[in-house]
Amino acid sequence: MSANTPSDLPVVSDRLAKNAMRHASERVIEALLFSAAAVSVLTTIGIVYVLVSESIHFFQNVSIVDFLTDTQWTPLFDDAHFGIMVLVSGTLVSSLVALLVAIPMGTIIAIYLSEFANGKVREVAKPILELLGGIPTIVFGYFALLMVTPLLQKIFPELPGFSLLSAGLVMGIMIVPYIASLSEDAMRAVPMSLREGSYAMGSTRLHTALHVVVPAAFSGLAASYILAISRAVGETMILAVAAGMQPNLTWNPMEPAATITSFIVQVALGDLPHGSIGYQTIFAAGLTLILITLLFNILGQWLRRRFRENY
Amino acid sequence: MQPTSLTTEQIRALIAKGKMKDAIFKGMGIFCLAVALLVIVLLVSDMVAKGSERLTVDFFLNFASRRATQAGILSAWVGSLLVMLVTALAAVPLGVAAGVYLEEYAKRNWLTEIIEINITNLAAVPSIVYGLLALGIFVYTFGFGQSILSAGLTLALLILPIIIVSTREAIRAIPAMIREGSMAVGATRWQTCRYHIIPYAMPGILTGVIIGLARAIGETAPIITIGALTFIAFLPPVPFTEVSPGVSAGLFDWVMSPFTVMPIQIFNWTSRPDPAFEVNAAAAGFVLMAMVLTMNGIAIWLRYKMRKNIKW
Repeated sequence: MSANTPSDLPVVSDRLAKNAMRHASERVIEALLFSAAAVSVLTTIGIVYVLVSESIHFFQNVSIVDFLTDTQWTPLFDDAHFGIMVLVSGTLVSSLVALLVAIPMGTIIAIYLSEFANGKVREVAKPILELLGGIPTIVFGYFALLMVTPLLQKIFPELPGFSLLSAGLVMGIMIVPYIASLSEDAMRAVPMSLREGSYAMGSTRLHTALHVVVPAAFSGLAASYILAISRAVGETMILAVAAGMQPNLTWNPMEPAATITSFIVQVALGDLPHGSIGYQTIFAAGLTLILITLLFNILGQWLRRRFRENY
Repeated sequence: MQPTSLTTEQIRALIAKGKMKDAIFKGMGIFCLAVALLVIVLLVSDMVAKGSERLTVDFFLNFASRRATQAGILSAWVGSLLVMLVTALAAVPLGVAAGVYLEEYAKRNWLTEIIEINITNLAAVPSIVYGLLALGIFVYTFGFGQSILSAGLTLALLILPIIIVSTREAIRAIPAMIREGSMAVGATRWQTCRYHIIPYAMPGILTGVIIGLARAIGETAPIITIGALTFIAFLPPVPFTEVSPGVSAGLFDWVMSPFTVMPIQIFNWTSRPDPAFEVNAAAAGFVLMAMVLTMNGIAIWLRYKMRKNIKW
């Protein structure tokens, strides 16, 4: 922009000044928006910092070898033992029960919705699944303790009032919507031409679904299973309510047992002084929980990369 | 396989077998869906059947009590509402701003990539871990204590990924011509966002916010972890009312107040051995379910409406 006469000059500089202001406020706003996006990174840093720093204090008092090999978990007793395997066993058994329900059910629903159901069924089914996924876990806990356990006791009379089995079964039902919706998305993303090719060869719907669509969508299915495992391992309230909270080194789902998460809840319900060894245990337990989740996620990433299909 | 060796009957039998398997699988699919529906129906009907006798006005206006028949959920539902208020005030601006930044501003570089991977991973972090984060940071490092503020901020962090993802999806659905048109008449990037992108993305953002809040209102574990009390027989101070002789509460005193929430109240009642409290748990559970399902229902309906209305 050039001014031809002197009288034009102030006008131009005015506009330029305004322009500079615009730039300045744009910059400020961009910085603000960026800091909002950075909160998620800060959250992660915060989680890692809190878990690691408190766990370091914990491991100054308890050796890692004891932590991993001791078969008793009695952190609040005078004769304290810190064998995390006791809690890990409860977590793994309940997660296994949950996944044995959730993976077949979720996958069948996903295949049905993506390959068999018509638009109308889908319109009804998807909101139902979404509502199921939205039910608070404490309500599922109530359901497990007061409805599923008595029902199971009719089939297995020796089942105790608290058990990993009933908590795990209900947890499985809770996880079904996650698997179903993610897997269905993955299968719907498989190009139509693959199905058409299969039909043209004379395949039935089921054959096409199981031998063409599922393998093609496998990386998406794996991702949904990994998320399901994370949910199962991290689920808290169902287990705190329905699985009992006694530490119990067992691989039998018919027994009551504490899990990593329900132990944290149990300690938090009491009144532990900040900085005590009991207070530090819950962070060490939390760190273990995160590491287990991380392990499964890395495994999942590897699976996805290994089986990714390009088309 | 040698097709020539098959007779017509054999081929027919093969086809029939294939169709049969299809039908069986279809039946399995419907059965699994029916189980899901059955669980919802069973849950709701059981809670109504057990809890309906306790669902009176008094139940909503009484504090928790040692006697099951006199116990109510006043402190619990007030606590839940106030915590949700803090959560919404923190999570909505942050989540929407982060979503707008990632869609409209962020350059494709490593920093953006880290933020994106982070958000995906945060969505898979167990909720109780957020409780531990809040216990270490909000309760002790920042000194917020076991207050409504700590709980609200914890849940805000928990639902942030949900809001960010839904904001991004809503923004991504807006065609580029809207941005081009706005910028062609001289609007800056922020003006484009402020007057076009955000308003047009609003229904999608709102859906995400409602789903996020519905998730937050039912969360129990992180709030127990920060040490919320289970037995509260008072309400947070109302702003500008007298809390003790000569002292009136400030506008924001309530955020530092101890509190309890609906899920914790239910947990407390469920874990008592006296079956009379089961009735209370059922009634409170029904109230919580009603809140959550209504919120989810609104979100589903909103999304359905949106899909029908938008024509660019």
